[in-house]
Amino acid sequence: MPDETKKTRTSAGKNNADKASDRKASAAKGRRLRQRPKGKIGEVWVVIECEGEVAARVSWELLGVARSLAADLGSRPAAVILGIEDQCQELSRQSFEHGATAAYVADHPALVPFITEPHCQVLAALARKHSPEVILLGATTRGRDLASAVATEMETGLTADCTALEIDPESLLLRQTRPAFGGNIMATIITPGHRPQMATVRPGVFPLPETVAGATGEVIVSKPRLAAQQPVRQLEFITNPEEEVALQGANVVVSGGRGMRQLKNFDMLEELARELGGVVGASRGAVDAGWVSQRRQVGQTGQTVRPALYIAVGISGAIQHLAGMQHSDMILAINSDPTAPIFDIADYGIVGDLFEVVPALIAEVKKRKAAAAKGGGAAAKGGSEAAASSEKAAGAETATAGSEKTATATKNGDSETVTTS
Amino acid sequence: MNTTTNTPTPRRFEAIVVGGGPAGLAAAYTLAAGGARVVVIERGDWPGSKNMMGGLIFSQPTGQVIPEFWKEAPLERHVTRREMWLTTGESVLKAAYESTDFGAEPYNSFTVYRSRFDKWLAEQARAKGAVIITETLVEDLLMEGNRVVGVRTGRPQGDLEADVVILAEGVNPFLAEKAGLSHGLKAESLAIAVKEVLALPREKVEDRFNLEEGTGAAYEIVGEITNGIPGTGFIYTNRDTVSIGVGVILKDMVDRAGEAYALLERFKAQPQVRRLIQGASPREYAAHLIPEGGYRGMPKLYGNGVLVVGDAAGMVNAAFTEGANLALLSGRMAAQTVLKARDCGSFEALTLSHYGELLERSVIMKDLKTFEKMAPFLSAHPHFFSIYPELASAAVKELLTVDSLSKADKMHLIIKLVKSQRPTRKYLKDLYDGWRAFS
Amino acid sequence: MAIHSVICVKQVPDTTQVRIDPDTGSLIRQGIPSVINPFDLHAVEAALKFREEQGEGGSITVISMGPPQAEETLRKVLGFGVDRAILLTDRAFAGADTLATTHALAAAIRKIAAAEPVDLVICGKQSIDGDTGQVGPGLAHRLGMSQVTYICGLVGIDPEAGVIRAWRQLEKGRELLEAKLPAALTITENCNRIRYASLPDLIAAADKPVEVWTVDDIEVDRTKLGLKGSPTRVNKIFAPPVRERGEVLVAAESSAADAAAKVMDRLTEQGLEMGLAG
Repeated sequence: MPDETKKTRTSAGKNNADKASDRKASAAKGRRLRQRPKGKIGEVWVVIECEGEVAARVSWELLGVARSLAADLGSRPAAVILGIEDQCQELSRQSFEHGATAAYVADHPALVPFITEPHCQVLAALARKHSPEVILLGATTRGRDLASAVATEMETGLTADCTALEIDPESLLLRQTRPAFGGNIMATIITPGHRPQMATVRPGVFPLPETVAGATGEVIVSKPRLAAQQPVRQLEFITNPEEEVALQGANVVVSGGRGMRQLKNFDMLEELARELGGVVGASRGAVDAGWVSQRRQVGQTGQTVRPALYIAVGISGAIQHLAGMQHSDMILAINSDPTAPIFDIADYGIVGDLFEVVPALIAEVKKRKAAAAKGGGAAAKGGSEAAASSEKAAGAETATAGSEKTATATKNGDSETVTTS
Repeated sequence: MNTTTNTPTPRRFEAIVVGGGPAGLAAAYTLAAGGARVVVIERGDWPGSKNMMGGLIFSQPTGQVIPEFWKEAPLERHVTRREMWLTTGESVLKAAYESTDFGAEPYNSFTVYRSRFDKWLAEQARAKGAVIITETLVEDLLMEGNRVVGVRTGRPQGDLEADVVILAEGVNPFLAEKAGLSHGLKAESLAIAVKEVLALPREKVEDRFNLEEGTGAAYEIVGEITNGIPGTGFIYTNRDTVSIGVGVILKDMVDRAGEAYALLERFKAQPQVRRLIQGASPREYAAHLIPEGGYRGMPKLYGNGVLVVGDAAGMVNAAFTEGANLALLSGRMAAQTVLKARDCGSFEALTLSHYGELLERSVIMKDLKTFEKMAPFLSAHPHFFSIYPELASAAVKELLTVDSLSKADKMHLIIKLVKSQRPTRKYLKDLYDGWRAFS
Repeated sequence: MAIHSVICVKQVPDTTQVRIDPDTGSLIRQGIPSVINPFDLHAVEAALKFREEQGEGGSITVISMGPPQAEETLRKVLGFGVDRAILLTDRAFAGADTLATTHALAAAIRKIAAAEPVDLVICGKQSIDGDTGQVGPGLAHRLGMSQVTYICGLVGIDPEAGVIRAWRQLEKGRELLEAKLPAALTITENCNRIRYASLPDLIAAADKPVEVWTVDDIEVDRTKLGLKGSPTRVNKIFAPPVRERGEVLVAAESSAADAAAKVMDRLTEQGLEMGLAG
C-alpha cells in the first residue's frame, strides 16, 4: 500500500514540477508518521447521534468498529456525546456497554435539539484539545452534515459512506473503502498527512457489537461556551407518520421490485414477511412506480440492510440495489428472467413466475411452521446452526430494546450473557 | 446583473432549422456564415446524441460546407484504401483501391463517430452565430393558409416564427408530411441498417487491416452475407474501434421474416470478417432506418416558406452509404437558396424553387437519378446478391488455382459453371434490366 | 426583497456507464457522456422559485468548477433563465477532494459577493459521481453562512425577519428549521419538480456569456487547491466485490411448490429458523 501512495504523489508531482520540495516535505511527513511511537497514537472517536436518550443504531455499530480499529492502533475507543446533562450520562453508560472505554461529554442547552453549527464548534474544540486519530460518524443526515462542517473547520480529510474500515499495519493509516460512481466502483481512500482522519459510515453496514452489561469507562466532561442565540433554530419536529419501518436490524427482509406489477401484489410479500418474522422492503423501481414509500427503499439511494435472509422478488438487481443488500447473510432471488443480474449474487434463486412462486413459498413456510409446532422434534434437525442464527436475532432485538427503554436494557443485557460468555 | 429575465422578448429569426444532424447543421452553418439569424431545434440531448455510430465523411462535400474541416474536426482515420467485396460465404472476391492521394490533403474520406462529429459541426455553426436549442421537440408547423410561418415546440411559450423553416428532421419526415410535401414512409423505400461498434486496440486495427498509423480502410461487401436478401455490408476502421454493419431493404427482410440482428451475426461469422474482428468487444449497438427510395422516393423539396433537406428529403444514395454527404450538400444548397431569397425579400415556393435547380445541377441528383431504379431492380433480381457473387468467386478461384489444367481449359470450365447456374437468356435479361437501371 | 442566489453545479459522467477496466484496474471514462449532476437541477429550480416569489430585482448566478467542457453544463443552466454563469477552470483546481473544492468555490463566491451581496448559496444534495454530499455543508461552514442541508421542502423566505424556513428530512422524521440569511442550502430531489425551460429562456441564453475564471481571478491560498491541497488520497480503486453465484432452480422445470420446498430445505440447512420466527 505505501508504494501506491508514493505513486500517487509522484504522478501529482509531474503536473507541478516546481513543487518538488513540497513533495519531499509531504513524503517526510508520511515517514514521520510511520515512525511515530505507538503510545502516542490518538484515540478512535465515535460521535453518538441521539434523539433524547435514544442513540441512533448506527452509533453503536460504529463503536464496534472503533473498538477493533483502536485495538489495531494500540489506542482506545471513545464515544463523544454532545447534549444535555441527564441525556449525556445515560448515553455514556450505554456507550461503555457497547465497547467504548472512554466518553467525552459536553453538555449545553444550545446542543439540544441538534443544530449543526454549535455541535461543530464543540466537536472541533474537543478534537483540537485531545487530538484523536480517527473520528467516525453515522452517514445520516445530521452525521454527514456535522462531519463536513468539522472536517472543513479542522482542514482535514473526510471520507463519506465507508463500507470497510481497517488500519494499514505498516503505516497505521486508516484505510477507508467506499463505493463511488453509483456503486460501479469501489475506492480506498487514505488521509496521510492530516489529523484527525474522518469518515462517515452508512447505517446497517456493520453489525451491532455485543454488549457488556455494567461495563464502565472514563468520562471526560467539558462545559462548552456557546451563544444562546444561534443563526439556525428548530421550529418543529415531526416523527415519521408511517409506522417506523424497521428495515435495519430486521432478521428477514422481503423486497419487491418492478416485477410486482402493482401495489396490491405487495400484499403477498407482506404475508411472506409476516410468516418469516421479517419486514417488506423495495427496490427503487417499486418506489418510483409509487407502490411503496421511499422509506422502504433498499439500495444506494435508500437504506443498507444486512439481514440473515434477504428475499428479492421481481428485482432485476441493478448495481444500485445490490449496494444496499449485498452484505446480507443469505440472499434468495425470485425472478422470471434467468439472465437477471440478481441471480449472480444470490445464494439461491428460483427462476419462475413470482405470482406462483411466492404463494408456494408462503404455503411451504406455513406447512413447516405447523409441523414444527406439532412435532417440536422436527425443528431440531437444524441443530447448532439454527441456534447460532437465533442468537443473532436475539442480539438484534436486545439492542433495539436497549436503545428504546433503559429499564429493559439491563434485563435483556443479563439474558445476553449467554452470547457474550 | 440585476435584470430579471423571466420573460425575455424572443429574438426574431429569419430561419428555423428543425433537426441537428449533418443536413440541418450544414444549413445553419451556411446561413449563419451568410449573416442570417438562424436557430436549430434538436430533440436530442445534443446534436449527434441520437447517433452513437461510426460513419464515413467525404472531404469534397464536407469541405464545401466547412473548408479545411480536417484540420479541426474530430476525425478517426483518413481512409486510404477502399475495398469492394463479393462474398459467397466461404470465399471472397475483393477489389481494392488504394491511393497515396487519399493520404494527403484534401484527403478523400474520413471515418468519424457521428456523435462527436455532429457535436463539432454544431459548435462551428454556433461560432458563426447560429442558436442551437436542444432537448426540444417540434410538434407542429405554424401555417398561414398554405404558407409555413413557424414551428410549435413542446416547450412552454413554445411557438416560434420565422421567414422560412428548413426541415432536416431525419428519416421519418413527419413535418414534411404535415406541410403536404411528403407522403410518409413506405416499407419498400426503406432500408434497415444494423450496426455495431467493436473495441479493438489501435495496433490491432492497424495490423489486421494493414494500415499505416492514422490511416483507415472502408470495406463495402455484397453477396451471401445477407442471406440472399438484397443489401450490403460494411466495415470501417476507427482509431481503436471497428464499425461494422449490414443494410437490407426493410420490405425484403419483413417478407422473408428475417431478423436484422441475425443478419449482422451471420455477417460477423464469415471467416474473412471474423478474422478482422476476432476478440473485439461490442461497445455500441444500434439499428436504424434509412430511406433508400432514391430519386423516386423523394418528396417535394420546397413549398411556401419551407424547404426539406437530408434524409427527410430521401437523399440517400442506395449504392454507396453516403447519406451524410448528400445531407451536408443539400443543407448547404437550401441555405444558399434562403440567403438568395432573403436578398429579394420573398420566401414563396417560387423563390425557393432555386433549391430544386441547385439540386438538379448537382452531383446529388445525377447520382440519385442514376440509381433511381436501383431499389426496385435489386428487389426483383435477388440473384445479384447470391448467384453472381458466387459465380464471380468460383470463376476467379478456378483461375487462381494452380493445377494441371491450362488457362484455356479453365475458361471452359468457368463458362460451363456459369451456364449450369442460370440459362443464358436469363443472363441476357439481367444484363438488359441492369443496363436500364444503372444507365 | 431582491434575493441574489448563487447555485453551485457540477458536470458529472453518466455514472450508470462507468466501469473498471478488468485488465488495468483503471476507470473507463472514454466515450461516457457528461451530464449535469441531476440533483443540481433541483438547486436551480429552488433558485428560480425564490426569484419568482420575491419579485423584481432578484438575480441568480450559477458557478461550476471543472474542465473547460463544463461550459456545456453552465449553458444548460442559463437556459432556465439564470442571469449569470461563471466557470472556474484551471489546472490548479484539478484533483481536488471535497475540502480543496470548498476552498476554490468559497473564494469565487466571496468575489461574486463583493460585487453583489449573496443571500443564498444553493447546492444539490450530492453529486452522483462522488456521492459524498460534503461540498455543500463544507462550503456553508467555510463561508460562515447558516447551514441548512438535505432540504425536502422549502417554506420560503421571510424578508422582514431576514430568515429562510425549510423542512429537512432526517431518518426518524422531518424538522422545520429557520435560518438567518445569508444561508447555504443543499436540496434533495423531493424538494421540487424541475420545470421545463421555456423556449424564450432557452433562446435568450444563447446570447449570455459564460465567464471563465482561473486561479488568478480569485483570492485564495494556492496551497489549499487541487490535488496538493487535498488531505485525502485515493489509494486504490477496484470493481465491487461480487458474491458467488449460488444455486438457481428453474420453477418451470418442476413446479413452483417443488422449488419452494427445495429452497426452504436449503435455507433450513443453512440455519434459517422459520419455525420460531413467527
